[in-house]
Formats: sequence, C-alpha cells, structure tokens
Amino acid sequence: MNTASVMIVGVGGQGTLLASKVLGAALLSLDYDVKVSEVHGMSQRGGSVVTYVRFGDEVHAPIVDLGGADYMLAFEPLEAARYIARLKPTGLLIVNTRDTPPMPVITGRMAYPEDVVGKLGARADVVAIDAMKLAKDAGSPKAVNMVLMGALAARMRIPASAWSDALEKQVPARFLELNRRAFELGNAY
Amino acid sequence: MKELLLGNWAVARGLYEAGCRFVSSYPGTPSTEITERAADYAEIYAEWAPNEKVALEAALGASLAGARSFAAMKHVGLNVAADPLFTASYTGVNGGLVIAVADDPAMHSSQNEQDSRHYARAAKLPMLEPSDSSECLHFAKLAFELSERFDTPVILRTATRIAHAQSLVEPSPREEVELKPYEKNPEKYVMSPSNAVRRHEAVEKRTAALGEYSESSELNRGELRGREIGFVTSGACYEYVREAFPNASVFKIGIVHPLPVERIRAFSGKVGRLIVVEELDPFIETELRAAGVPVAGGKDLFGLLGELSPVKIQKALGEPVPEAKAFGEPIPPRPPVMCAGCPHRGLFRVLSKLKLTVLGDIGCYTLGSAAPLNAIDSVVCMGASVSMLHGFTKVRPDTAKRTVGVIGDSTFIHSGITGLIDIAYNRGVSTLIVLDNAITGMTGHQQNPTTGLTLKNEPSPAISIEKLCEASGIRSVRVVDPHDMQLMERTLKEELQRDEPSVIVSRRPCALLKCVPHKPPVRIDPEKCRGCAACMKLGCPALRFAGKRAAVDEAQCVGCGLCIQTCGFCAIGEVDQ
Repeated sequence: MNTASVMIVGVGGQGTLLASKVLGAALLSLDYDVKVSEVHGMSQRGGSVVTYVRFGDEVHAPIVDLGGADYMLAFEPLEAARYIARLKPTGLLIVNTRDTPPMPVITGRMAYPEDVVGKLGARADVVAIDAMKLAKDAGSPKAVNMVLMGALAARMRIPASAWSDALEKQVPARFLELNRRAFELGNAY
Repeated sequence: MKELLLGNWAVARGLYEAGCRFVSSYPGTPSTEITERAADYAEIYAEWAPNEKVALEAALGASLAGARSFAAMKHVGLNVAADPLFTASYTGVNGGLVIAVADDPAMHSSQNEQDSRHYARAAKLPMLEPSDSSECLHFAKLAFELSERFDTPVILRTATRIAHAQSLVEPSPREEVELKPYEKNPEKYVMSPSNAVRRHEAVEKRTAALGEYSESSELNRGELRGREIGFVTSGACYEYVREAFPNASVFKIGIVHPLPVERIRAFSGKVGRLIVVEELDPFIETELRAAGVPVAGGKDLFGLLGELSPVKIQKALGEPVPEAKAFGEPIPPRPPVMCAGCPHRGLFRVLSKLKLTVLGDIGCYTLGSAAPLNAIDSVVCMGASVSMLHGFTKVRPDTAKRTVGVIGDSTFIHSGITGLIDIAYNRGVSTLIVLDNAITGMTGHQQNPTTGLTLKNEPSPAISIEKLCEASGIRSVRVVDPHDMQLMERTLKEELQRDEPSVIVSRRPCALLKCVPHKPPVRIDPEKCRGCAACMKLGCPALRFAGKRAAVDEAQCVGCGLCIQTCGFCAIGEVDQ
C-alpha cells in the first residue's frame, strides 16, 4: 500500500510519546514498514511537541510535511490549530477538547483563540472528544493519551488484536488495566 | 525478527553486536539514548563521564588497552572533546574506537546549529553517516572494523531525525572480540613533537588510503533511475530526496569524509543536473566544486538554515507541493516552560524580583530566561555562567553586588568547577548559585557524580558540592531550599554584600523524580482572590487567569505551594487532607 501518515501533536508531558510507541508496535505487528519521528529534550518541558508515524510498503522520510497527514491526533486544540496545515484536505482530525493555555496566554500577553475546535471543523473532518473526562472515568486523568489512541484506532483499519498486543508490549504491567479501560472508552466514542 | 528501534538504540545494538566492551559518554540531546541503551547490555561496561573530553579520553584509554571502545556526544559536546579528538587522530587506536556525534539542525534542544562534519575534515578522521536505524546498527559495527583496519578513530554522525526516529532493524547476535594485546609503543602513543611529526605523516597516508576505500565502498552508491536530475545526498536528506523525487537518480553517500569524489564525478556524467542536498553547511558541495565536479545546485537552492524536508526540496526545485490549509489566525506560541513544582521556579522568581544580572548556563534552568521570569542575561555553553560571571564582575566591580551566575549540579561538575577555581584563585568577589536538583534534568534524568549512583545504578560516592567549593577556596558556602523564597531572598542579599566570592547551593530535587511526593492541587478561594495576578509572575503552567481571577489546573498542579507564598490576600491554600 501507499504510505499513510499519522501526526500526534500535543503539549510536552501529555504522553504523546507512549501513544506513538503503541501505534508503532501495532503497525509493526501487521508487517508494515514503519517509521516514527520523535523530539526529546527541551520541548518535552511543556512545549509544543509533534510525533510522526508513517507506514506502508516502503517508507522513506520519517517526518510529515504540509498537506501530508492522513490522520492527526491532537491532545490539545491549539496544537491542532498550529499543525492543521500538515493535514491533507481529505484527512481526519481527532482532537481533545480540553485546552491547556500556553505561557503567553497565562501571562496575558496573548489571547487563546475562541472556538478553536469549531473553526477546525471548517477545515477538516473533525472528531472532538473530551478525553480528560473519559480518562477520569477510566481511573486517571493521566490516561488521556490512551483515550485518544482508542478513538484513533476505531477509525483506522487495524484489527483489535493488534492494538491489544501493542498495549501489552508498550505499557508497564501495573498500568495495563487502566490503559486498556481508557483505550476502550476512546474506542467506543 | 525485525524490531522497531530508535536510531540511538540501533547504534547501541551495533555496539553490542560488534563486541564493544567500553562506553563512556556525557548526556546530550539527541545522543543520550545510545549510552542509556548500551548500559542495558551486561557485556558492555558503560558510564556517564563528567564531560565529553573525559569520556573520549577514557574511551581512548580503553582502546589503548585493547578493547573496542566508544563515546557518544551531541554536536557541542564534540567541541569539549575536540582536544583529545585531534591528537587521537595521530595516535590511532589499538582496539577499535568509535565516536558518535549527534547534530541538531533546527535546534530542537541546542544552543547552536553547528555542522559536525567539519570536524572530520579538520581532525582528518573518517566519518560515516547513516540514513535510518538499520544503517545506524550496521554502520556502527562497520566503524569498528574500519577503525582497526585503518588504525584510526571513526566518527559516526547522526542528527535529530536519525537519532530520534524509529525504523525497522534486524538484530544479530553479539560477536565477542578478545582484548588485543597491549604493547608499549611510545613512537605511536607519546605525542611529543618528535614522535608527532612522524605520526602526522602516517595520518596523511591514512587519509589517502581511506580516500581509496571510500571510492570503492558499498556505503557510497549511485542509484540510477530517471536521468534528468541526479541528487547527491546523505543521512536524513537521502530519505527526503527519495520521498520528494522517487523516480530521480541519487548518489547516496554513507562515508561523508573522505568523499568518493571520483565516483560522484562519474555519476554526474550520467545525469543532466547534479543537485547536492545537505542540511546546514555546504560540506559536500564545496568539496565537489573544488574538485571541479559540475554542481548545478546546492545551497543556492536550499539555504544554510535549519532542517530540510521533502516539501522544501520540491519547492526549491520549482515542483508543485501538496495543498495545505492553515488555521488562518495568529496562534500563541507554546515555548517550553519549567514544570509545575520545578525547584528552579522559586529561585528564579527571587532573581527576577531583585532584578539581578544573571549569567546563565545549559539545562532546564535556561527556561528562567523566558517570560514572565525574564531572569537570565546570557546563556552560551556548558560552564560559561561561572567564567563569564568572573570576567563580567572583574571589569565592572561596581556590579558584583547585583550580579550572579546560575548553574546546575551536573553542568557544575562538567565544566563549572574550573570557572569557580578561576574566581577563587584570581581573587574574584562573585556570587555563584549552584542549582542542585539531584539529577541531570533536561536530557531526561541521568545520574551524575553528585547523585551517588552510576549509569548502571550502582551506588558510588556522591561528590559534596559544598566541600568541592570550599576546597577550591570559597569560604562562604550556604545551602538553601529554593521553595522558601523569603529565606532565599535574604541569603542572596547577604551573600551579594560580601567582599569575597561565595556560593549558594539551591537544593531541592526535580519534581519529576519518582521519589518526590506530590501533594493534592492547591485551592484558590474565588471570594478572596482580588485578581492582582501576583501569583502569575511565577510562570507556573498549572495557574491560569480566568474571568479576572486566578485558577488552578488540577491536572498539572503538584501542590508545591509556591503560589501560596506569593498571595497577599491568603486566597490560595492547601487542601485539607
């Protein structure tokens, strides 16, 4: 198959890296060629973070450029807005509706744009989801990443068993049940 | 079975398979995970050295003793290790010696965008450049063979999109390599002038031999497809070119120094236009032009700044690019910030309040330069806070009572202590603050000589920062918890008044350490909050201003209580447990 591209965007510390690990493991088990690009270091301290996951018969670049993503999984609305130009016009955006104001907004220097999720809807197919609420329902606000992964999984043609195995591989055993519950809640959304 | 591995992990796997026994490194994004992963193999002795110079010298010593040895660092780390690098080129090796250097085009986590390929030419060393994780593994293994065959240290160069990209790798078992016998050989290893003169000759002969190897090596290969354009490229750019122009011919370079110039010349004769695609400096392009290879385009098309991408390459060559719709409104930037509960925040709030001149350093606390703290005047390189503080206050003695340096525990050991010795020895009067958060923070929690644990988590004697300062000749050394902002302010004022040098150790462990307990989120009483925004001056990501009142983001707040200290109306309090 042609190469397909997923972008995972969010705020450093929200668990985007674990989400990309689970997705990468699921795709690998299906015998795709897979490339994942991450950024570590300074931006992980509450900065804007992007992870790219690409898969297909033969993948070259590990990054996704303008108009290149088939799916965008956004952990925060402003981050979806920041990177939306990298989503294909036919692409799907799954966005967490909970906002996390960046420092220029916290200090009052800039305003958080109004109705970001609504405006994104005019540019792409959007699935908006209060992942924080579902994560709390699953048992921990930290499970936002797995709620969102679950929502993405429901919209990609990947067998449920591949996801289940990937979770088992990538998530520490003592958090596995919590993460499974969060994934299921997102998957059913 | 194939595994999905980070480039850095694949390098570590390559070390393991190649029979490498000794690894010494200093952490630096994006190189850190090579050494962390290497430490997981019982067969490899792996350590964090105090800095990159020590790491490379330790690896050179292990090589001299006959072991396959390795050191990893980021691009600016290679500057620190440059001294042993240039002369190790003369001594050559006994057991294979490989040095990995990870560049950071676009500066995702760095203070400059230097191109480390220049070191290969300057130090006359071979440099290999992998394009994905599989090549990271294979090139690392091959680097040891080349090192022993040509009697040279070999540099393995990666960049963020290789080091921190995952792709498929087929691991093999380890091949044990016996220690080579050690024989005393001063003509080769004692670089006194008379010996070094002869070794320089050997280096030039070796470079010629490596040039011949590069011309025949399969690491360099021409891939003929459509003949209109022929790209010459290496590393991540090779993957970008394949993505952007799948039907074009490509000369893929795996040995970036010495370049296979004659093979590229022959390749250029088979294609219409020869285009060189490389990030940062025109390293390949300049060499090809100097050799008279007809280059039709390079830096004139792609520029000298930042990372490239498939779309940037298409654009530069006038090709149509995919349709893209931006958000269409200004989007507030999201710079990195100190975490909620960060021990540095209290200190920087005090520095900001006192409006001191602050010479800064490399680490999480560099973030003290950002709004609203705006507390830092300079950040240059590891250790520079201390030595720059000395120079600054020597020529402006009147400023000594309102100027400080700030440096983290690991950075202090790396190269801050030498600056402090400069201050003490040369009768400076500066006040230095050592931020001891019990870990190397920014690179993702590595142990260091002050933490009492090694890379392999074995207990080791922890350096006492206080005693080290005292032994250097600093008579006033005080330890303060930065969460007590009143005490920190009082201590700072007292130490700045002294007519002799002093050190304040600002001590509290990183809030992200698992051993640090978090409290429930603080509560803000909306009846008492007057909206004065005094708490907002902390720059805490867990506080926000909503409807002219401060509010707490419960998902982020760790209950550190700094904001309680800032509130003049007692509106913020701990939740009763």
